[in-house]
Amino acid sequence: MRLKDFFELFRGTTARQPSSAARAKERLQVILAVERPLTRGQPDFLPLLQREILEVIRKYVPIDEKKIKIEVEREADMSLLAVSIELPHTALSRAL
Amino acid sequence: MSHVIVVTSGKGGVGKTTSAAAIGAGLALKGKKTCVIDFDVGLRNLDLVMGVERRVVFDFINVINDGIRLHQALIKDKRIEGLYILPTSQTRDKDALTREGVERVIEELKQEFDYIICDSPAGIEKGAYMALYFADEAIVVTNPEVSSVRDSDRILGILNSKSRRAERGEPPMKQHLLLTRYDLERVAKGEMLKLDDVVEILAIPVLGVIPEDDAVLQCSNNGMPVVLEPKCMAAQAYMDAVRRLLGETVELRFITPPKKSFVNWLLRRSA
Repeated sequence: MRLKDFFELFRGTTARQPSSAARAKERLQVILAVERPLTRGQPDFLPLLQREILEVIRKYVPIDEKKIKIEVEREADMSLLAVSIELPHTALSRAL
Repeated sequence: MSHVIVVTSGKGGVGKTTSAAAIGAGLALKGKKTCVIDFDVGLRNLDLVMGVERRVVFDFINVINDGIRLHQALIKDKRIEGLYILPTSQTRDKDALTREGVERVIEELKQEFDYIICDSPAGIEKGAYMALYFADEAIVVTNPEVSSVRDSDRILGILNSKSRRAERGEPPMKQHLLLTRYDLERVAKGEMLKLDDVVEILAIPVLGVIPEDDAVLQCSNNGMPVVLEPKCMAAQAYMDAVRRLLGETVELRFITPPKKSFVNWLLRRSA
């Protein structure tokens, strides 16, 4: 045991902070939970999803292809799919 | 029946070639006729690690493309009976590896050898695919470190989906974890992922744990498979792994740090 480690025992720092190995394990578990569905045989469906959503909305409202944004936020036990579509300011006036 | 085993990892520098050489040599020491093939076309190194670099005349690529006979390219190890090396080309590129060509060479080797060890290049390009495509078993070499574990996981996905067994819907390839460069003191301090963590994440059975050992570099400096230095920890750990590969039950060693007693300290100093 080095002198530094000896003092750390008294300060309790080693006990309070999670070890870097524990952090490594946690980070790996999170990233692999995200990556496995994408790398283990399943195709990336997001581009297709985006195209189909766009087509459905276009049936009702004329929109610019560049004004649709799809984002996925991934965490260990769930993912958040956020679709935001910018409509031209006249698009909803008739409907309302 | 002969076994085709790929030694793979995804990430570079984790010890694939060192492990392929050690396990190939270990199998031969156990009386199994073994051939180790270098699949890293253009970055040949198995020959150097195994100390036969000055004896390469023809190579794997010549056998596939240039009508050279397999026996003209195979190099017989002078130290270990039953150990052969099939070097790759240093000048050609990976496109010279054709699936049909690799299949023909492996089928011919199967007629003669008990074990065929395919030393995969790093990455997930053609050379790596060719090395794993025909394999019955895989040894996934992993360091206790985040990027290596992630890449190993990726490789496991590829083994399960892109091998010939997977394409034919045959039973999946047997997969083994070989954890290398395991630093017992850093694990004890919580600075390094421990064996149990890596096993929990990758979820494949352990073939062996190779402790960080200065002897590994010394052996590669000398062109010697590690198992030829039988006193060192790494050699013992590799031989344990070989015995497990052959179906024996061998308890894991070198997974807890040696006790720092005065007697051990004295022994270490006098060694």
